[in-house]
Order: sequence, then structure tokens, then C-alpha cells
Amino acid sequence: MSLLRVEHASKHFGSLIAVNDVSMNVEQGELRAIIGPNGAGKTTFFNLISGFLTPSAGRIVFRDEDVTTLLPARRVWRGMARTFQITEVFPELSVRENLRIGAEVTAGFRLRPWLGKADTAQIARRVDEVLNLTNLTGKTDRLVGELSHGDQRATEIGMALTLDPKLLLLDEPTAGMGDQETFDITQLIRRLHRDNKYTIVLIEHDMRVVFHLADRISVLDQGALLAEGTPKEIAANEAVQAAYLGKAA
Amino acid sequence: MGALGNKRVADAVVWLALLAAPYWLPLIGGYTELGSHVVVLALAAMALNFLLGFTGVLSFGHAAYFGLGAYGVAMTMRFWIPSTPLAILDGVIVGTIAAAIIGPVIARLRGVYFAMCTIAFGQVFYFIAFQWSSVTGGDDGLSGWHRAPIDLGFATIDIFNDNKAFYYFALFVFAVSVGVMALLLRSPFGRTLVAIRENERRARFLGIPVDRHIWLSWVISCFFASLAGALFALMNDFIDPRALRWDMSGTFVIMVVLGGMRSFWGPLIGAAIYIVLQDYISSHTENWMSFIGLFFVIIVLFFPRGVLGIIKRKTAP
Repeated sequence: MSLLRVEHASKHFGSLIAVNDVSMNVEQGELRAIIGPNGAGKTTFFNLISGFLTPSAGRIVFRDEDVTTLLPARRVWRGMARTFQITEVFPELSVRENLRIGAEVTAGFRLRPWLGKADTAQIARRVDEVLNLTNLTGKTDRLVGELSHGDQRATEIGMALTLDPKLLLLDEPTAGMGDQETFDITQLIRRLHRDNKYTIVLIEHDMRVVFHLADRISVLDQGALLAEGTPKEIAANEAVQAAYLGKAA
Repeated sequence: MGALGNKRVADAVVWLALLAAPYWLPLIGGYTELGSHVVVLALAAMALNFLLGFTGVLSFGHAAYFGLGAYGVAMTMRFWIPSTPLAILDGVIVGTIAAAIIGPVIARLRGVYFAMCTIAFGQVFYFIAFQWSSVTGGDDGLSGWHRAPIDLGFATIDIFNDNKAFYYFALFVFAVSVGVMALLLRSPFGRTLVAIRENERRARFLGIPVDRHIWLSWVISCFFASLAGALFALMNDFIDPRALRWDMSGTFVIMVVLGGMRSFWGPLIGAAIYIVLQDYISSHTENWMSFIGLFFVIIVLFFPRGVLGIIKRKTAP
């Protein structure tokens, strides 16, 4: 069953066509990677899915509901969560506080002027679960702004997880990381997909990560969908090699 | 002592100083009315800080709602019924409803556009108060009324003849207000406001309807600003359009920044410094504002976290 269906989505900025008639189906439980050269329109495409931008044409259907014109917050309420290419966290708050806000919003407490003991305990349990999942248990009281880039990225993914997402959108999760941090984040994404059954769509430049993680790969080039298939099919695709992998090699 | 212990000690010191103010102020050359002035304007500054310091949105028009609260009190007392509680209620309702109506228009704006729009709406109220002389008294203000003693049924609090009684009445309102603000800021709702301040984009993608929460923060902030305005009118037994003017809004911003806008008690410290400096310097020179301006510039340049930021840094473990 398709969890996410993008139908002929386009985005124009004046005469510039950033995304051109792209369609895509993401199945429940799938890990889809979106790759493409710089300027291929990957992040713009992500922004259309998550509601950061509205498509100039086409539809976004999520869990059988047309969400094309819904604001980001409403898409989050329907189970869509995302991270950004440049980490978006609350740097002056602790790791626990960063996660707590998402957990409280998800529990429907965002307008509550106070929380009872049971509700507080429920939020604390959820935060602890996510801390365990993201291996941040030893850093709960540290300010996020003081953490390493990798831990900040893990916190951002943790914030997305507190939203109990049905679809997790990760925009270049290993960008700017060293080998060890890349390995740690790759393992985290693998656990989320394999063990916790999250449906994930990720944009990634590091081909080792992409081919290690993805069930299917979509290749964008100059705003259009160039190819789609399993990692093996994409590796063998001559058009992809010419447009992207060839250049990278 | 940990951070929590330090905070509790600081809270205790603040409340003790406020409770004993009518007794220690005269010992250092002050007087009870000065204490009332500090408490009333500190409430206005803390109301602004709810929006500025904890939601990250700068309003330069809070005097409008402060003034509406004040005019609500004055007009109720003068034209309708000389009841202090009812007059306060009227003032707060008028100020809060005006803020709630204007809020949706400005809650979509950010940065300088938000600030300019709040000034513009504020000046609309100022010119109405200035021009509508038959009701507001125009430039001469609205006089010919005074605060009435408060009848509790079993006792009467004479806030008209007894300055100490008025101080403690104002302090009571202040205490309840800051208690409610503290409760809200420690709640899930308060955390969504801090999230918006820290990173609006991330807040939006955590499912927080940012514009709606900014509107709510604005209305709550203006509610307390109008309550402060109501007390201000009662304190002076008089109100004129200057209470609504943009420079009054600027005064609130100065108080918040002086004290420290990301700290809960910062605006109280800022209001105390501003009013004490004003009182002391204005008794020596007409150019008192130049000295306060100089002090403000020094604080902003060298201590961007305000006076409380300096104290916190000195006492940090």
C-alpha cells in the first residue's frame, strides 16, 4: 500500500523550473533514497512533500489524503516528520527539553497550562524511549548547542521520532560529518528502518550510505525524475551513470 | 548550591524585598509611592517580556493595551460606577479584546514588520484618546475621579487614603500575575513559545501552529499589560494619552532590555532601575532621559543579557 504518493509535482520559481513533473510512490515500511547532482531539485522536492513549499502543479497524497495545500504543522499531525540539511534544533535547550516539546505536541498537550503526574510520566517515558533509540542517554542534560555535529543531528532525528511519524523525511542526514559520525547515523537509520519499521525517505550524497540503506532509489536530475529502482538497477543504469554516478566516480 | 537552589534563593530575595519595600525604601531616601510605581510598571514590562523574551517577538505597541486598561478604569470610575474591582475588570476586558482582535492581523508578521505594525495600531489608539476630548478628556487627560476603597464584605481596604494599602494591593495583583505567567511558561504551552523563540522553522515542523501560538502569547501579554495599565490609572487617579503613546512602549522595551529579556525577573530589575534613576536624576536635572539613555547604551553594548545577566554571570558556580 502506498503511504506517500506524489503525482506530477512541479515547482516553478519564476522562469526557473526546480521540480518538473515528478511522480513517486513510497510504500509502507520502505526506505527510499533520493539522489542527484547538486541543484537537481532534491531539497525542493522534499519541501513540497513536507509542506515547506506548495507545488505549482501536481498533488501530494499522504495516507490516502490529499495534503497538497496543508500547512507543515497539519502534515506533522497526520504523521509526517522531517529533518533539514542544516540541522534545525533548539540550541539553547537541553537534549531532553528538545525532545520533550515534540513529545508533548504529539500527546496533544501543546495548549495545556499544566501537566498532571501521569501525563508528565507519560512524556518522560516517551522521551526516554527516544533517547535510548538515538543513543543520547548520556547527554540528556547537555545543551544541544554544545554537542558535536553528529549528536546534534541525532537529536534532530530524535525530535522527529517524538512525533511518532508514519513517514520520516531525512534531508542529507550525514552532511558535514566525519567517518565515525557518518557510521553512527547510518546505523541509527538502519535500526529505525529494520528494527522499528519506520518508513523513511532520505536525500543523501554519500553513495556508500545510500547503497547500504536504501530499498529503492529515485534519481533526480535538473528537476526531473531520471530513474527509479533498486540499488542494483540504479547502479546498472547508464543514464544515471552518465548524469551522476559517472561524474562522482 | 545547584542552579535550582540558586533560583529559589533569588525568588525568596525578590519576594522579601518586595514585601518589605514600604519599610526599607524610606531608609534609603525612597518612599512607598515609588515602590508602587516600580511594581506597576514592572508588571507591564514582565507582560511585554512574556512576548519578547519568551516568544521572541518584539512589540513596540504595548502601551496601547496598557493605556486601554488605564482608560477602561478611568472611564468606568468617572462615568459609570466608582468600584475599583469592576473598573479593573473593565480595563482588562477592553485591553484584552482589542489585542485579540488586532492579533490575527499582526501574528503573521515577523521582525521589523511586526514591530512597525504594533506601533501603527498603538498610535491609532493614541490619536483616538487624544482627539476624542468629550469622552477621554483629550490632551488634558481624564481626571475628576479617584480610586475607591475595596470592600471585601468582612473588611475594607482603604487604597485611597493609605499608600501602603495601595502598594500591597498592587503587589498582590503583581504576585498573582507573575505567578500565572510563571505557571504558563513552565507548562507545555510555555515550552512551545520558547520553541518558537529558539527556532521557528523547527517549531513549525514539530507540529506547532506558530501563528496561532504567537497570537495566544500576544493576547496573554496584552492581558497583563492592560492589568498593569489599570493599576497605573488607579495609582495616579488620572490618565492621559501619553500612557498610550509609542514612547511609553519604548520605555517598556528599555526596562525589559535593561533588566535582561530572557530572564523571568529581568524586567522587574529593569523597571526598578529605570524608575529609581528617573526619580533621582529628574530631581537634579530636566535632562534625566539623557542619563538613562547613556546607561541603556552601556548595558546594551557591554551586557546584552541585561543587569540580571551580569548578576547571573557573577554568581554562576
